[in-house]
Amino acid sequence: MSAKRGTVTSPAWRVVHFGAISAFVLFAAFPFFWMVISAFKQTLDLMNPNNNPFVFNLPPTMVQVKMLFEGTEYTKWLWNTAWVGILVVIITLLLAVPLGYGLARLSGKTGERLGIMIFLTYLVPPTILFIPLSRVISYLGLTDSLWSLVVVYPSFTVPFCAWLLMGFFKVIPPDIEEAAMIDGLSRFGAFVRVVLPVSIAGLLTTIIFSFTLVTQEFVYALTFISSSSKFTVSVGVPTFLVRGDVYFWGSMMAACFIASFPIAVLYNFFVDRFIAGFTVGAVK
Amino acid sequence: MATVTVRQLEKRFGDVHAVDGIDLSIQEGEFLVLLGPSGCGKTTLLRMIAGLERQTRGDILIGGQVVNDLPPRARKIAMVFQSYALYPHMSVYDNIAFPLKAQGVEKRSIPERVERAAAMFGIERFLKRKPRELSGGERQRVALARAVVREPSLFLLDEPLSNLDAKLRTLARDELKQFQRRIGTTTIYVTHDQIEAMGLGDRIVVMSGGKVRQVGSPQEVYDEPEDTFVAGFLGSPPMNLLRGDNCTVGFRPERFLPLLAHESQEGLVPLWFRIDRVEDLGSARLLYGSLHDTFPNEKVIVSVPFTVHMDFTPGEVYEFAVKEKEIKFFDKETGRRTEPRPFWVRR
Repeated sequence: MSAKRGTVTSPAWRVVHFGAISAFVLFAAFPFFWMVISAFKQTLDLMNPNNNPFVFNLPPTMVQVKMLFEGTEYTKWLWNTAWVGILVVIITLLLAVPLGYGLARLSGKTGERLGIMIFLTYLVPPTILFIPLSRVISYLGLTDSLWSLVVVYPSFTVPFCAWLLMGFFKVIPPDIEEAAMIDGLSRFGAFVRVVLPVSIAGLLTTIIFSFTLVTQEFVYALTFISSSSKFTVSVGVPTFLVRGDVYFWGSMMAACFIASFPIAVLYNFFVDRFIAGFTVGAVK
Repeated sequence: MATVTVRQLEKRFGDVHAVDGIDLSIQEGEFLVLLGPSGCGKTTLLRMIAGLERQTRGDILIGGQVVNDLPPRARKIAMVFQSYALYPHMSVYDNIAFPLKAQGVEKRSIPERVERAAAMFGIERFLKRKPRELSGGERQRVALARAVVREPSLFLLDEPLSNLDAKLRTLARDELKQFQRRIGTTTIYVTHDQIEAMGLGDRIVVMSGGKVRQVGSPQEVYDEPEDTFVAGFLGSPPMNLLRGDNCTVGFRPERFLPLLAHESQEGLVPLWFRIDRVEDLGSARLLYGSLHDTFPNEKVIVSVPFTVHMDFTPGEVYEFAVKEKEIKFFDKETGRRTEPRPFWVRR
């Protein structure tokens, strides 16, 4: 490292370095800037093509945000999304953790093949699945109920998260489980007291990931839910803030910002671990 | 403290006999070493005694009690793994306290017992650290402290020194032996390193192909190997094994010395040794060559200690000798020891 220091700190390299980083920062932060500035602009300011879109040409206003909260059931949608999201996360953890662990510990090629097969089910798109699934939902009597989403969403969060967790569990040496079993625990006890705490990064990844999948899901939520009070954010916003060819840009941007900001913050806290989650097992 | 008995123990993985019908009995307080090349079944045998692997057939008794159906936690054992298997998310203190907590030991007594175990291995000042902040040698001590803290009746050690560097390994070996002497717990130690085995074991079990080849004290297995496998596995360089017409002849490289270097000439078998190459290792010289007139086609290695001041020229023939009782004879087909069949001409 020390020998290479000179090249890393040379001015030309620093320009390239900061240039590249700035480009990525702009790329990542721009949508948020756009959402915030648009949310507080007057409609006239937004619609005039001669205005500079990056600044306030007219004084900022709260009208759009007010319209979002008072003219639509946005708070209800947020609550619905969170409610479905939390339940799906719980179901996903309950199923994917033992599944991923089992796959990781299955000896030989069997575990690997099963893992790939399970992952493949994740690749079947909802646009194909929603037709048969809607029959299942009506059979279960869950039409127009948030429970329909709670039942359907795990069908894609579980396989993906099981596969993700498999990677995490694989890198945990079986030795420490065996040591725990010798030290006085059952296999299940060793799993709970040693394996789970060590794979906390994997569990966090699973939680964030399945929650994100749920908040952005559109097709199922649109098909299975018909009452506006039961919409999730991803369906409610385009349904109520796009009327015919009239777009309520300001309110839409406010809605998107409020829904996406907490998740962006979460990602930022765990970004290192999240990346580790996707790359475990990639290199020995 | 406990005796361990293993009866007709067998473990099959599919068609592979990892452990193939082993009988052993280990005495109370004994330090037993399972020695063999990788894949000989020694680790599988240890894991079956620990209860981590279920035997296909046979019985395991610890302290006279059949433990076949007992889970590892009920066998009153402690194990040190090659990787040390420390819990990475816990401090050293919590690692050592873990077996006590897991077994529901009275809470008040835990700190004192952890500190006593830590003091035994001189790691008191690391108690607050995480395993990843420790060196290999320190981790190994933590693993040992964790193993002793609950006062097990049986210690199982699976190559605990193999991740240490060479210098540290010798030190750790000495400490380990002293420590076992002090607490006197029955110990089973798995290694592929013959020096560790010779240095540590009260008895050595030499294994190969899932079977026990020989059980005995280090001197017995070294001096009186029961077959060519044991003879060829122990010693560095190993015993010279020369295939003759009716049997295989063996002798140790360090027992075959220039005729004049022997203290007494009694009972010596002199042989002509033709030297091809000389390697000077400092403490000894290794001579590569062949027995000129008796086994001209078999390679022979000789280890001459530095105390022998003689010049050896490659290509020359010298008169070497070995004591008659140091020459071992093995059956050509089975490799087992047989009665002496002298091939030399008595003078």
